[in-house]
Amino acid sequence: MGANETGPIGQSVRRREDQRFLTGAGQYTDDVTMAREAYVYFLRSPHAHAKISGIDREEARTAPGVLAIYTGDDLVGVNGLPCGWLITGTDGKPMNEPPHPVLAKGKVRHVGDPVAMIVAESLHQAKDAAELIVVDYEILPAVVNGVDALKPGAPQIHDEAPGNRCYTWALGDKGAVDAAFAKAHHVSKVDIVNNRLVPNAIEPRAAVASYSRADESYTLYVTSQNPHVERLLMTAFVLGLPETKVRVIAPDVGGGFGSKIYLYAEETAMVWASKHVNRPLRWAAERSESFISDAHGRDHVTHAEMAVDKDGKFLALRVTTTANVGAYLSTFASCIPTILYATLLAGQYATPAIHCEVTAVFTNTVPVDAYRGAGRPEATYVVERVVHQVGVDLGLAQDEVRRRNFIRTFPYATPVALTYDIGNYDATLDEAMRLADVAGFPARRAEAAKRGKLRGLGYSSYIEACGLAPSNIAGALGARAGLYEAGQVRVNPTGGVTVFTGSHSHGQGHETTFAQIVAGRLGIDIGSVEVVHGDTGRIPFGMGTYGSRSLAVGGTAIVKALDKIVAKGKKIAAHLLEAAETDIEFADGKFTVAGTDRSKAFGEVALAAYVPHNYPLDKLEPGLDETAFYDPTNFTYPAGTHICEVEIDPETGQTSVVAFSACDDFGNVINPMIVEGQVHGGLAQGIGQALLEHCVYDRQSGQLLSGSLMDYALPRADDLPTFKVGTKVTPCTHNPLGAKGCGEAGAIGAPPALINAVLDALAAVGVKDIQMPASPHRVWQAIQAAKSGATVAA
Amino acid sequence: MSIPLSLSVNGKAVTADVDERTLLVEFLRHDLALTGTHVGCDTAQCGACTVLVDGRAIKSCNVLAAQVAGAKITTIEGLAGADGTLHPMQAAFKECHGLQCGFCTPGMVLGALDLVAHHPHADERTIREALEGNFCRCTGYQNIVKAVQTGAAAMAK
Repeated sequence: MGANETGPIGQSVRRREDQRFLTGAGQYTDDVTMAREAYVYFLRSPHAHAKISGIDREEARTAPGVLAIYTGDDLVGVNGLPCGWLITGTDGKPMNEPPHPVLAKGKVRHVGDPVAMIVAESLHQAKDAAELIVVDYEILPAVVNGVDALKPGAPQIHDEAPGNRCYTWALGDKGAVDAAFAKAHHVSKVDIVNNRLVPNAIEPRAAVASYSRADESYTLYVTSQNPHVERLLMTAFVLGLPETKVRVIAPDVGGGFGSKIYLYAEETAMVWASKHVNRPLRWAAERSESFISDAHGRDHVTHAEMAVDKDGKFLALRVTTTANVGAYLSTFASCIPTILYATLLAGQYATPAIHCEVTAVFTNTVPVDAYRGAGRPEATYVVERVVHQVGVDLGLAQDEVRRRNFIRTFPYATPVALTYDIGNYDATLDEAMRLADVAGFPARRAEAAKRGKLRGLGYSSYIEACGLAPSNIAGALGARAGLYEAGQVRVNPTGGVTVFTGSHSHGQGHETTFAQIVAGRLGIDIGSVEVVHGDTGRIPFGMGTYGSRSLAVGGTAIVKALDKIVAKGKKIAAHLLEAAETDIEFADGKFTVAGTDRSKAFGEVALAAYVPHNYPLDKLEPGLDETAFYDPTNFTYPAGTHICEVEIDPETGQTSVVAFSACDDFGNVINPMIVEGQVHGGLAQGIGQALLEHCVYDRQSGQLLSGSLMDYALPRADDLPTFKVGTKVTPCTHNPLGAKGCGEAGAIGAPPALINAVLDALAAVGVKDIQMPASPHRVWQAIQAAKSGATVAA
Repeated sequence: MSIPLSLSVNGKAVTADVDERTLLVEFLRHDLALTGTHVGCDTAQCGACTVLVDGRAIKSCNVLAAQVAGAKITTIEGLAGADGTLHPMQAAFKECHGLQCGFCTPGMVLGALDLVAHHPHADERTIREALEGNFCRCTGYQNIVKAVQTGAAAMAK
């Protein structure tokens, strides 16, 4: 694990991007400055639901420094923001897809809905002018809870979505599930709420948009995880501009976690306005603005039932979920509670029949979309909570109930549309139990009890589908985009290599990991490899970074391009060495005639490709620059077991995570240090959800109550333990790297492990249920309710 | 109304006229183009804007530029050697993988220097408590704690 600047694949090479980040030389969007730039401020709705009967901006228009003020009616020819995935309901009809205007038109539907865009010489002037705009709101009743919004008489948010329903969708064989329940020995049931979260990347969203009259082109710097997708959606669906006239640059991006995948209103309005104002425009969200405008995550209400036989074998799983999608459909909102959720309900278990019905509902809240894990944490939470309940109901140890149901034969076709290629769930469970010192737990629990504390141990054996994934399957399921990735490898005349990738790094360390792959495969020094990402003006069309796909899909695209480089290099070397192409072997940076010591170094072949004096010009083009697009044949299936140990003070309800152990199978690992860092970060977010984070709206007024970092509890350093992490490897069978993806595992596995641990601890005092987050108040209330024999409040 | 301001930033004397509303972070980022100091929130919670003022870590979003007249300011740009050699604390963050997206990192490193100045031999618990004013959303803090320990040990040599 030493610092190794030349080591290739499998080594913990220290990150090359760190030098600029550690010296303040990183270039984030808000660090970009341009001559004559003007500032943008968005006036947002203070109401959850209201009609706009008038907007008076006359006084604001003449305020000092004001250059322009735009409202929804000014954006002539600008379409609404699109949703990238069409879900077809159980009624056979497409989902209800109401317009999502860039700036509100006639109505506002959540606190934070943008109403006007003010452009001024300074930010202070823009804000001062915003205060002079008079918006005449006719306040309407609001609904923020998904279950409430489906009730008869609930306020109607969109004319296009009667009953606030976006869709009701189902997956699985209902008949088979009903039949299995009819003969079940026992049915375990859970009612669970997957709490709404605010992603809170530490860099707020920002944009700098400019227009060039010289060639009628636009340049947008933006905090994006996928600049090409951003450009495609903005130009083709919203602004009606040719893609060739818009360059989108996502420079250094300070964390994303899903929230920077989407096409947002702010940058779209700014690109449009940059031409009208003819000045570069800049905007950066304040944190309080992030809370009311960044897409939120989760927000499911679910009832789940597992039918089991007398030995604890799972017979069938039945799940009903209400998913709150917020006021509008964000870019990928529709596929999160369906395609990325219900398909994961088999978990690691050979449950023969599964049925899931999901109703997606509009509410007067910020739109909900993918947040680290995106559907898969929700599925894992359902499965692992109900599996825990089966163990409790049948008196089976938590590892035993899992072992009795693990899938052990691969490939395995689940009853919910996926085919797992490979895995070894016993291995990760065993290792997690060793890391967690499960054998020593009874003694630790007894010791805690002497101090008046309650100890609990909770398990979560998760699976996720990553490396999104076959475009043809996704298309059949409603995707309006492809899901491949692009990689370009440009060998320069002097042998240095520039790699252009369609995936984007915003903390994941691609500049190091991808360079390791290239250096390892070409047998060259890692220092001569440069990785370029995040600029539509430089990189080939790619889909960006989400769903733990960068290595499995983006890395494979680079490998495919490298294969083409080596294949062409062999042809060139064969000519130079006057040998048959079939006799040329490539290894350790050298092209060698098999069985001889005659060889040409990689650099010599590269030079010959660009200075083709002695070159087979009749058969081969000069140059050494190859591009590959890789569309995977299947998802990848990272899996593992996480074990959480908590200690609860029953006097205060305070829950401490005293230990957290995780054993994951990510397939082959390129950089163990980076992978471990991804696990740590995911665990912190998963523990954050289960213990601390909670996005709360007032059920009457629709106001966001947890609208700042003083009200919304992000995990701090002293909220978390030192994690014990390990890996087991079953290489992915269908990509050449054997890689599966690691970015989301922690956020997926941790929440049920923690809540199951809390339930294990509180079982001693009679508590049977608790919802996330397990805040001191909730835990204390649950203990008091159990003491008094009352039903525990959610 | 603009007011005259003299102070030292990263060892260099700086004089400027600033609007009285100007925050220290705005002065550093806009007037001096020291964009390594970041803004992550509006309630002085996140710590991304942490700089050293006369050796003490403070949140530069929460103080007016005018308030630090005459002070010695150190930002993240002022730590490495002229040849790019990292300060031992910066080097420790790299060695221990104590950063991912890099946005909280400048504040973390400067906060760590304040911590080490007060607790050169801090244990894990002390470090975790001392980092309460700095959010990181990427690392889960584990490698940051390790980096602070490693950096402190290197600085003690």
